[in-house]
Amino acid sequence: MKAFTQLNGLVCPLDRANVDTDAIIPKQFLKSIKRSGFGPNLFDEWRYLDHGEPGMDNSVRQVNPEFVLNFPRYAGAQVLLARDNFGCGSSREHAPWALDDYGFRVVIAPSFADIFFNNCYKNGVLPIVLPAEAVDLLFQETQAAEGYRLNVDLAAQTVTTPSGKSFGFDITGHRKHCLLEGLDEIGLTLQHADEIKAFEARHRASQPWLFNA
Amino acid sequence: MAQTLYDKLWQSHVVHESEDGTCLIYIDRHLVHEVTSPQAFEGLNLAGRKPWRVDSVVATADHNTPTDHWDEGIKDPISRLQVETLDANIKHFGALAYFPFKDLRQGIVHVVGPENGATLPGMTVVCGDSHTSTHGAFGALAHGIGTSEVEHVLATQTLTAKKSKAMLVKVEGELGRGVTGKDVALAIIGKIGTAGGTGYAVEFGGSAIRSLSMEGRMTLCNMAIEAGARAGMVAVDQKTVDYLKDRTYAPKGEQWEQAVTYWKTLVSDEGAQFDKVVELNATEIEPQVTWGTSPEQVTNVRGAVPNPANEADPVKRGSLERALQYMGLQADTPIDQIQIDKVFIGSCTNSRIEDLRAAAAVAKGHKKAANVKLAMVVPGSGLVKRQAEAEGLDKIFIEAGFEWREPGCSMCLAMNADRLEPGERCASTSNRNFEGRQGQGGRTHLVSPEMAAAAAIAGHFVDIRNFA
Repeated sequence: MKAFTQLNGLVCPLDRANVDTDAIIPKQFLKSIKRSGFGPNLFDEWRYLDHGEPGMDNSVRQVNPEFVLNFPRYAGAQVLLARDNFGCGSSREHAPWALDDYGFRVVIAPSFADIFFNNCYKNGVLPIVLPAEAVDLLFQETQAAEGYRLNVDLAAQTVTTPSGKSFGFDITGHRKHCLLEGLDEIGLTLQHADEIKAFEARHRASQPWLFNA
Repeated sequence: MAQTLYDKLWQSHVVHESEDGTCLIYIDRHLVHEVTSPQAFEGLNLAGRKPWRVDSVVATADHNTPTDHWDEGIKDPISRLQVETLDANIKHFGALAYFPFKDLRQGIVHVVGPENGATLPGMTVVCGDSHTSTHGAFGALAHGIGTSEVEHVLATQTLTAKKSKAMLVKVEGELGRGVTGKDVALAIIGKIGTAGGTGYAVEFGGSAIRSLSMEGRMTLCNMAIEAGARAGMVAVDQKTVDYLKDRTYAPKGEQWEQAVTYWKTLVSDEGAQFDKVVELNATEIEPQVTWGTSPEQVTNVRGAVPNPANEADPVKRGSLERALQYMGLQADTPIDQIQIDKVFIGSCTNSRIEDLRAAAAVAKGHKKAANVKLAMVVPGSGLVKRQAEAEGLDKIFIEAGFEWREPGCSMCLAMNADRLEPGERCASTSNRNFEGRQGQGGRTHLVSPEMAAAAAIAGHFVDIRNFA
């Protein structure tokens, strides 16, 4: 997995609550059997005025000039600022794949849907929960100042504004460790292979019907 | 100490607990479909790893498969490649059971698991699909996972997770005529919101829940995720046991007796503490219809589309206005005056035999309204289809002008050819009314199978309780 340590990135504000994973990456792009190449279709139905299908040349499609991601001032953004319940709906990991492929490494919101939140960590994308008032302030500052950047420091667990205001955020020790080091989680788990085998043997003894083949 | 059902399911699967509370949880059943597994199998291959226990895997192709002209195969080459990739992966790695495209037992993974007895009480069940919460209806701990976790489960038979908080949603009283598990689910989501269950494992309890059939409980648990809860569950009772008896992968003989004895302990103990309790009065729940682009934007069939002017919170008002604009609805329009273009009866929420019986009972002897361009019935699996045909339900639907299709996810998410065109309005028994969910620009109203069938006949939403 890709490591995440620290980032100073341009912020793009997406001022909508309940952004679902169908909106982040529509279903037709889920037919791919690859993990990469989803970036050009991130927020496809909002970002383009025509209907997108896999295999299309996105560079010749009609762009929606009113969608925030298409504002020239947000080109190259790496931090997505969002509202409550971001990433709700489908479990598709294609959503963080698309965000990452586009260039977003951090998503900040007052709350996230559970599965999406979890999927982000597996892909080196850092989802950060900040209090609603802090997110409101970041929206105001982002919209007020072109070129607005945030500094995100995972080791210190802080988000810092250009004026030096700093907000702390929570993350479990396990997730922080994996993300800072860019660790392969399967490899880590397999260090417990003997414990898994021992558990499995006890489980089989008490509920043998779970192991009928 | 008194334990909740969730406590029992969690504790009986902890392999290892770290200092920060992150646990390794053992996984009993791994359901696999074609959309969220190819990258996981590829990862396994690239790392030179083998699956830990292939006899935990039950796989089927459901999202991409067409619902008509099966003799022509899968026409979309990208969809076909995804389904063929699953065929190849299962052939290479193995599985307890695989129900490929066109197999009699093929169908929606969340219909296939329970009907084959591959979902059992006390299990941990995962799948790269958010509606895995469905299986909690059997007193199992079941939830959706991402593709990285699919790979993790394949390789290690475990998941890394922290225990969620526990919520009890208690629905006491008798459900009225025409009020189904779907209406209970939508009423709960309307009350607690689409993020109300975030961070919680939700147990549904109370006399109204116990009165639901296993199909009704599956519908309810299926939509736990639409309230933000990864896992929904219902305690084991005699209905659970009766449903599972003699199913293909359910235990038999002495093992059956032993299993049933254990399963009956899978209830929350008297006095068990929940982090949150939400109560609903069953007698107050009416047939539900969503009017917006989130399942929480719901009202009862006698209600009306809300007026954003009455909303004080600017963020909420904004999303209300946006939803009405997308849905092409005027504020204050009575729900039963909303005309529809299409009807979809199907999905992992409402495509089981009981759902089809209920819809057929409404459609029987009627004709689809002239303004309804298409009313399609998509059974949840080949077995459901066969059962329905044995009961003559297919003929009832066809005589009423509905289309009788092959099983699959179909227009719930429109990954195959079944979809809404821009601006089309659909009465749908599925689970999500998100923008574009059933096709770009499509407008979805979530309802029960009875309500969907009645809307097909009337051409607009009608109160099923007054439908002759």
